[in-house]
Amino acid sequence: MSGATNTGAITTGAIIEADGLTREFRVRDGKRRRLVTAVDGLTFAIEPGEAVGYIGANGAGKSTTIKMLTGILVPTAGSVRTCGLRPVSDRRRLARQVGVVFGQRSQLWWDLPVRESFRILAAIHALTGAEERDRTAELVERLELGSFWSVPVRQLSLGQRMRAEVAAALLHSPRLVILDEPTIGLDVLSKQRLREFLVGERRLHGTTLLLTTHDMGDVERLCDRILVIDHGRLAYDGDLPGLSRTVGVERVLVVDLAEPMPDLTGLGGARHLSSEAGGLRQRLAFDAEQTTAAKVLAAVSDKAEVLDLTVEEPDIEDVVRRIYAAGR
Amino acid sequence: MAETGLSERLRPYRAVLASRARSQRVYRANFAIDLGSSALVGLVELAEVWVLFSNVTALGGMRFHQILLVFGLADLSFSLADLSFGHLDTLPDFLRAGTLDVFYLRPQPILLQLITSDISLRRLARAAIGAAALGVGLATAGVTWGPRTAVLLPLAIVSGYATFAGLFVWAAGLQFFLLDGAEMTNAFVYGGRYAATQPAAVWSRPLKLVFGFFFPMAFTAYLPAVTILGLPGPNWLPAWLGWYAPAAAVWSWLMGLLCWRWGLRHYQGGGG
Repeated sequence: MSGATNTGAITTGAIIEADGLTREFRVRDGKRRRLVTAVDGLTFAIEPGEAVGYIGANGAGKSTTIKMLTGILVPTAGSVRTCGLRPVSDRRRLARQVGVVFGQRSQLWWDLPVRESFRILAAIHALTGAEERDRTAELVERLELGSFWSVPVRQLSLGQRMRAEVAAALLHSPRLVILDEPTIGLDVLSKQRLREFLVGERRLHGTTLLLTTHDMGDVERLCDRILVIDHGRLAYDGDLPGLSRTVGVERVLVVDLAEPMPDLTGLGGARHLSSEAGGLRQRLAFDAEQTTAAKVLAAVSDKAEVLDLTVEEPDIEDVVRRIYAAGR
Repeated sequence: MAETGLSERLRPYRAVLASRARSQRVYRANFAIDLGSSALVGLVELAEVWVLFSNVTALGGMRFHQILLVFGLADLSFSLADLSFGHLDTLPDFLRAGTLDVFYLRPQPILLQLITSDISLRRLARAAIGAAALGVGLATAGVTWGPRTAVLLPLAIVSGYATFAGLFVWAAGLQFFLLDGAEMTNAFVYGGRYAATQPAAVWSRPLKLVFGFFFPMAFTAYLPAVTILGLPGPNWLPAWLGWYAPAAAVWSWLMGLLCWRWGLRHYQGGGG
């Protein structure tokens, strides 16, 4: 992101720097107390302008990490700097530079119109009249909030609410945006809109993105770097092609054929997985690094007439499982 | 410059409070019912005192009109504190839903954000009942007016308000440790309010220690009333203590802030 930042922030050095970051919890296990290590010696750095996918199974330590990055939780050991600040002791200064979207926890006022929530948030972040007007107008336009701008938050659909949540977290033009499961439960179109917006935000303002997700599509379309966490430890740090090479990230092309066919084997670059309805529907796995859905489809079309098709994204849980397996 | 600085610093709190107050008044009929029911609760409690005194002529050395002064002082300050701090008892809901985290993402102190996150305007009705009882008490209890009373009365109201407000903060701080402890802390807060409307002379020694000093409820109404009326005051609670109502407020806030800080640290896991 060459000089795209207009936040006036000094972009020297890492925007997130974790060094041996560790967090333990005391949990009650029946009558005994047990020590659980949620995050275990995490060391990584994220540079300004990067877009990083932070993935891992449920309970791997993602939320705990985010809470330590934003000053909500105090680390048990190790250190972290976010935007050059110590999250716990500089929490209030940090809040001016970071925007966080918790998919499940709203920061809007449930009973107020969206417009009113934004007015309050502008006051909370001490935006000037001009800043508030310009940024609100930009977000309303780019996230298409106009149609429900005067509707109370509790009446919004999930897709509308998430767009409003993202806009709310970005109202103060933070340098770093952390999104915890931003697309969970959204329909395809809403996901697409949200991803396009985030890509645009990064291009326009040089915003750094860190997101946790269970959706491989989010990672593919938004992130140029991936951190995989397993039992609180870093299991992978690199880009998506590298991840594919390590564990093989396969997509699945599902074709519905005009006539029943024997299993479509021997197609270049694609592997037959299964057939249903006597061969009317067949599932073919392919590696997006090696070939494309179009090439596989062309190969199938040579042999049979295709009526309909879908492409299934690789399942992130599956990818994570394979990394875990490869690491042991 | 300093003025605009202050006004800018208060802007976040003003924005939330103004919008909360507005939303409560949008449905006028509803708001009227809220006010009415809140007033009713105040009246019932006042009636309780009246019933008690139709059976006895004096309690703890105080007659009905004098007790009105205690009741009025206590109820007025408590209602005002409840109006502006009472919603702190919703903290367990925030903790359970994990929504306290949202407050961490805003550049204001957590406690100030929580205090200004709501306001219960319907408590104004209750405060009005308290004020009326206080007015009647002042007019009929044989108060000798003078500069002492003129100073002590507002001092008692402001200190009582602050003492109860500190008690709400105190209770909120403890909520971090007692996830389902709203019942227990409510017992102290509302029990404290009830204790404040009583003549402390009838308390046993342990009660005098607990609600006289540790939770300084006697300082919110009874002791100032004793001082205003020129009564001698019971053992352990001499009348001149009425002038120390502000000290009780300071103590209440000191304990409140200590518990709050302690609770917040516990929540963040930074050690006790």
